[in-house]
Amino acid sequence: MSLLAKGILQGMAVTAKNFFQSYYKKDRLPTVQYPEEKSTVNQFTRNIPFLVFDGDDPIDGMRCTACTLCEKACPPQCIYIIKDKDENGKPIKRPAVFDIDSSVCMSCQLCVEVCPFESIRMDSEFELSNENRFEGLLLNRDELLRSNEYYHEIHPLEAQETDDRIVAKEAEAAAKKKEREEKARKAAEAKKAAAEKKAAEEATAAEEAAPATENKVAETEAPKAEAAPAETAPTAESPTEPEAKQADAAPEPKAEEETPEEPEKKE
Amino acid sequence: MNNFIDHKIIELGHWVVGFFDEYPLLKLVVQILLYTLPLMLSFMGAFAFSTWLERKGLARIQNRPGPNRVGIFGLLQPMADGIKMLLKEDIVPEESDKLFHLLAPVMLMVPAMIAIGFLPVGDGLNALPLDSAILFFFAIGSMNTIAVFMAGWSSRNKYSLLGGMRAVAQMISYEIPLVLSAVTVIMIAGSLNGQVIVASQQISGWVGSGDVVKEFFGQILGWHIFKPWGFAGFIFFFVAALAEANRSPFDLPEADSEIIAGHLTEYSGFKYAIFFIAEYISAFAIAGIAVTLFLGGWSGPILSGLPWFVIKLFSLFAVMIWIRGTLPRLRVDQLMGYAWKFLMPLAILNIFVAGFYYFAEQQWGTWVALIGGWIFGFGALQLAAKGLSRLNKSPLLKGKRVYQYAE
Repeated sequence: MSLLAKGILQGMAVTAKNFFQSYYKKDRLPTVQYPEEKSTVNQFTRNIPFLVFDGDDPIDGMRCTACTLCEKACPPQCIYIIKDKDENGKPIKRPAVFDIDSSVCMSCQLCVEVCPFESIRMDSEFELSNENRFEGLLLNRDELLRSNEYYHEIHPLEAQETDDRIVAKEAEAAAKKKEREEKARKAAEAKKAAAEKKAAEEATAAEEAAPATENKVAETEAPKAEAAPAETAPTAESPTEPEAKQADAAPEPKAEEETPEEPEKKE
Repeated sequence: MNNFIDHKIIELGHWVVGFFDEYPLLKLVVQILLYTLPLMLSFMGAFAFSTWLERKGLARIQNRPGPNRVGIFGLLQPMADGIKMLLKEDIVPEESDKLFHLLAPVMLMVPAMIAIGFLPVGDGLNALPLDSAILFFFAIGSMNTIAVFMAGWSSRNKYSLLGGMRAVAQMISYEIPLVLSAVTVIMIAGSLNGQVIVASQQISGWVGSGDVVKEFFGQILGWHIFKPWGFAGFIFFFVAALAEANRSPFDLPEADSEIIAGHLTEYSGFKYAIFFIAEYISAFAIAGIAVTLFLGGWSGPILSGLPWFVIKLFSLFAVMIWIRGTLPRLRVDQLMGYAWKFLMPLAILNIFVAGFYYFAEQQWGTWVALIGGWIFGFGALQLAAKGLSRLNKSPLLKGKRVYQYAE
């Protein structure tokens, strides 16, 4: 150590640099003054579930059908659902009560994974503090409902994926319906033809012709049934995969209603 | 001389005292109050400002904004802190020595307050203008040790006692280089009076000559820090002053990470606040003496004496904050070794350098003394420092040091 202490002076130059640059360089003073300014939340942030609705009206556009799969999947059992009924007392596919106790929720996202209707999703809202620790922390249906636009805003990538999947699902459903109608129509035609033939045969008293025509119909139908899903496949290649998972997951909690720990075991 | 503000303040004082000419006893009381109250109050204000300055400065060094909620730029933060301290419960340990536990903060506060009285804060502005002011200052300043040890012992807490022991060891050790480095200035100035020491730092031929340039530089270039022995002496004095004021990197008596808060462990509420205030005022007092001895005191161009003193005092305090934000705390053996094996021999050598300078100046004039002093005197100090650090090196550390965990 010489008299001028070079090392100490070097250290002091470093701190002086920090001091002065903190006045004009952003990366030397990264503090965010929280209540006044907020840092942007990453779009992959997951915090607390919310319910997605389409369109403008939260009640009509609600995707949730009160299937209670999420209620059963929830490990800390913080979801509580009661099905809605119309004026005749007939149950309709909509929750009358959908509560999430945010003090219990552990943000595991199992409800999101289990939902077959793309209805429940994770929010990135982090200001959850409340003055009332009982009612205030219990989020009810109307507080949980958020528009699809909001979902697009907070998780753009995921929301787009979900929308694509819904479109694909609808297309698939439409194709299936069409196919079913076609089948029904073909069957009717075949029946008609068979009936006509039968009538003709009866008239001519020749019975061997009927099975041959039936085979012919089956042959023409088979390639069509294969072609129908192949049409929708390119648009929904990736979304079908998680869907398949959901389809697997869906029946399991139903089978084991008594054991709520089951979803964790699955992991 | 343009010490307009200083002379006006003195005139104001005389004018106020003039009202009490007919009552000699009352006049004495008013005089005492006029000498002490403004000084104490202004140093309390300086304390409040310096806590803010310290917190802000440290925060900026650590890439934080620091306190900014109370008042503009957080300037009212010291007030909020004071209110908090006043409202806190004052806890006295059951087993403690109640009387000495109570007296310790007072014992620390009183010498700190007396010490600032010796500072020549302006031209003629000196609350205690003694002829032996510097000697008195060091005598009063060493009473801190007793107060800190009192606090440590009376708390009946092992950490407090450890802190007190450390404080005693440190303060007594560092008093020696502190005084030895101050001795050089006293030798050159030939007086223990603060005002005379300040006057010795003005180049007598230049100041008052009427020439603007000479007038300007005559009040700067005469400072003792520009002389070889003064520069070295200032470094020694400043290092020892940091240790005397218990400031980082020598804040071992209150090392939070080792012994909680040392002698402050069992103090809370306003007693703690008084410790805090006393420590800062001691730091100010010792910085003020450093300014008086080496940085020309209140002398400076253009501005009056009082503003110059305040500027220098706060600059020195800012350097203390800067050092606190930079250097890590020393180990106890390093601390003691540094005082006894390094600072003290160098301070003694520095006295010889100052003597050489003094006689060279008398014999051959100022320029020869300055050049010779910088080349031979400072060179000798540098050589001695190198030699001492080689001698002090542990025999276990041969060659380049290898760090096991740090890169």
